[in-house]
Amino acid sequence: MDSVIVDIKNLKRDFTIGEETVKALNDISFDIKKGEFVTIMGSSGSGKTTLLNILGCLEKPTQGVYLLDGINVSSLSNNELAGIRNKKLGFVFQSYNLLSRTSAIENVELPLLYNNTFSAKERKEKAIAALEAVKLSDRMYHLPSQLSGGQQQRVAIARALINDPVMILADEATGNLDSRTSYEIMMLIQDLNTDHGKTIVFVTHEPDIAAFSKRTIRLKDGKIIQDALNQNINSAKAVLEALPVLTE
Amino acid sequence: MKLLNLLNIAWKAIIRNKMRTFLTMLGIIIGVAAVISMTAIGQGSKQSIQSQITAMGSNMVMIRPESNVQGGVRQDNANVQSLTEADITALEKQPEFINGVSPSVSAKSQAINGPYNWSTTVQGVSPAYLTIRNWPIASGIPFDAQDVKTAAKVCLVGQTIVTNLFPNGGEVLGSDIRFKRIPFKIIGILSKKGVNTFGQDQDDIILAPVTTVQKRITATTYYQNIFASAIDANSTDQAVDEVTRVLRASHKLQNNEADDFTVRSQAELISTFTSTSQILTILLAVISGISLLVGGIGIMNIMYVSVTERTKEIGLRMSLGARGMDILLQFLIEAILISVTGGLIGVALGVGTAALVTGLMHWPTLVTQSSVILSFLVCFVTGVFFGYYPALKASRLDPIEALRYE
Repeated sequence: MDSVIVDIKNLKRDFTIGEETVKALNDISFDIKKGEFVTIMGSSGSGKTTLLNILGCLEKPTQGVYLLDGINVSSLSNNELAGIRNKKLGFVFQSYNLLSRTSAIENVELPLLYNNTFSAKERKEKAIAALEAVKLSDRMYHLPSQLSGGQQQRVAIARALINDPVMILADEATGNLDSRTSYEIMMLIQDLNTDHGKTIVFVTHEPDIAAFSKRTIRLKDGKIIQDALNQNINSAKAVLEALPVLTE
Repeated sequence: MKLLNLLNIAWKAIIRNKMRTFLTMLGIIIGVAAVISMTAIGQGSKQSIQSQITAMGSNMVMIRPESNVQGGVRQDNANVQSLTEADITALEKQPEFINGVSPSVSAKSQAINGPYNWSTTVQGVSPAYLTIRNWPIASGIPFDAQDVKTAAKVCLVGQTIVTNLFPNGGEVLGSDIRFKRIPFKIIGILSKKGVNTFGQDQDDIILAPVTTVQKRITATTYYQNIFASAIDANSTDQAVDEVTRVLRASHKLQNNEADDFTVRSQAELISTFTSTSQILTILLAVISGISLLVGGIGIMNIMYVSVTERTKEIGLRMSLGARGMDILLQFLIEAILISVTGGLIGVALGVGTAALVTGLMHWPTLVTQSSVILSFLVCFVTGVFFGYYPALKASRLDPIEALRYE
C-alpha cells in the first residue's frame, strides 16, 4: 500500500515565448503513493495542466526528476513514452474523446490495439470486464452518439481501466457534466479508488469535487502552495442520495 | 500482429466515412479502368492487324514494278511492263529461300450470271498462289498447271461473288459466269477470308489462270505483281534479298542502276502497321495514366483533409500509447487500402468496358496481363506516394496540441 507511484523532485518546466521565459512549473517536489486519490487544484495559469501533461508522460520536464513506478521518465525517447502511456497510464478527458461512429466496446479496446501482447479475444474479454466495472455492460454496442454524457464518460473511464494502469489521470473529467451526473462519476471514481485500490490523480478547479478526494495539491504560479490530506472526505454516494429526486 | 491491428484500425476509419472513401476511390477506379480499357483497345487493334496480315500469308513476298518516269510521264505502277514471264522462270530456276512463285494480273469489270451481275476483280494467277496466300478451297478443285498452259476458261470464286451472283443458291460449281463476255466455268469456291485491316473485302475476287486473263481479258504479256513465299517466316529477309538479286540479274541492271521493282515482305508490313497501333496504345496509356495521376492527387487531398479533421483523434491515439510510427502506418494503410481497393474495382470495370466495347462496337480488344499487373502496381505506388506526406504530417503532431485541437 505504501509503494511510491509518482516521485517528483525539483521539477521545472519552462516555456520560451519569444524572448520571454515562462516558468510554468517552478521547482516543485511531491510524491504520490499507491492507492491515493489526489486532486490538483489551481486557477488557470497556475501550471496544473502542465503538471498533468508531465504526469501523463505527454511532455518532458525541463529540469528535475520524475520517477513513474520507478522509471525515470525524463530520460525516455518519445516512442518509449508512448509505451509508458500505453501500459502504465489511463486518461480521462473533459470532453470524453471517444471515437465517433465507433461502438463503446471498440472505444474501450483502443489502448490494447497498440499493445502486441493481447489477442483479439483477450482484448474483447478485458473490454467487457472494464465496461462491467463502470456498469455499462448493457450498452456495449452503442455508439457514443447514442449515449448520454455521463455514459460516454463512463466508457472513457472503462477505456482508462482496460490496461490495468498504475495511475488514472483525469483532466476536469466532470467539467462537461451536470452536477447529478458529476456526482455519479465521482462515485464511480471513489469506488475504483477504495474498492479496487486504483491510484487516481484528478485535475479540477471545483472545490466540491476536490472534497471527494483524499488529498489536495493546490498550485499557484508554478509552485505548490498547499498539499494537505482532506480531513472530512465527502462520500459521493451520500451526496447523491441527499439530492432531491428529479420529477419529470 | 501489430500490423494486423493497424489494418483493423485503418479499415474501421475507412468504413466510418463510406461516401467520402467511395468518392476518393472513384478517381482511382476511373483512372485504372481507363488504363485497362484503353490499352485493351490499343492492343486489340494491334493484334488484329497482326493476325490479319499473317492470314494473308505470313511468308508472303510481294514484288511490284517500280513506277518510273518515261519521257516526263509518271506511269501507274500497274502499267509498268517490267515484270515478265522471264522473271518467273528465273525465280523458279534455283530457289534457295523461296518455295512458290505466282504472277498476278488483275482486271476490273462486271461479272454476270444470268440476270445477276456484280462489279468485281478477276485476278490471273498460277496454282502456287493459293499456297502463297495460305488460302484453302472450300469446295471444288483448284486449277492446275495444265489449265495455265492452255489458258483454260476456268475460275475459282470468292464467297462474296457466290452471294452476289447466286443470290438464290443453286449449283455454283460447274456453272458458267461471264466476265467481259468471256465465259468462265466455276471449278472451285474459295474459303472465306473476310475483310482485311484496310477495309478491303478479300472475298470479292475471281481467280483465273494468269494466261487466260492475259490473253482473253487484258491482252498484255507483262505481270502487274509477282507473289512469292519464303520457305519459313524467319527467312523472309533472305527471300527478299534473293528475289532482288535474281530480278536484278534477270532485268540486266547495272550496279549503278536502281531497282525497277520493289520487294515487300509481310514482316515489313506487320512492323509498319503494328508500330502505328503501338503509338496509339502509348497515346491512350498516357492519357489514361494522367487520369490515374489525378486520382492519386485526389487521395492525397482527402488524406490531408482527413488528417486535419482527425487531429483530435490522432492526439487521443497518441495519448493512449500510439507511437508516431503507428499513426504514420495507420494513415498510409488507409491510403493504400483506398487506392488498392479502387484499383481492384477499376480492373474489373476496365475489363468489363473492354468486353462491352467488343460486344457493342465490334472493336477488337485485348486485356493483357501486363496492363492489369502494371496498373495495379501503379495503384499501390500511388497509395504509398500520395498517402505518405499526409501520414507523415499526422505522425509528427504533438499529442498535447492535437488533443486540444477543436
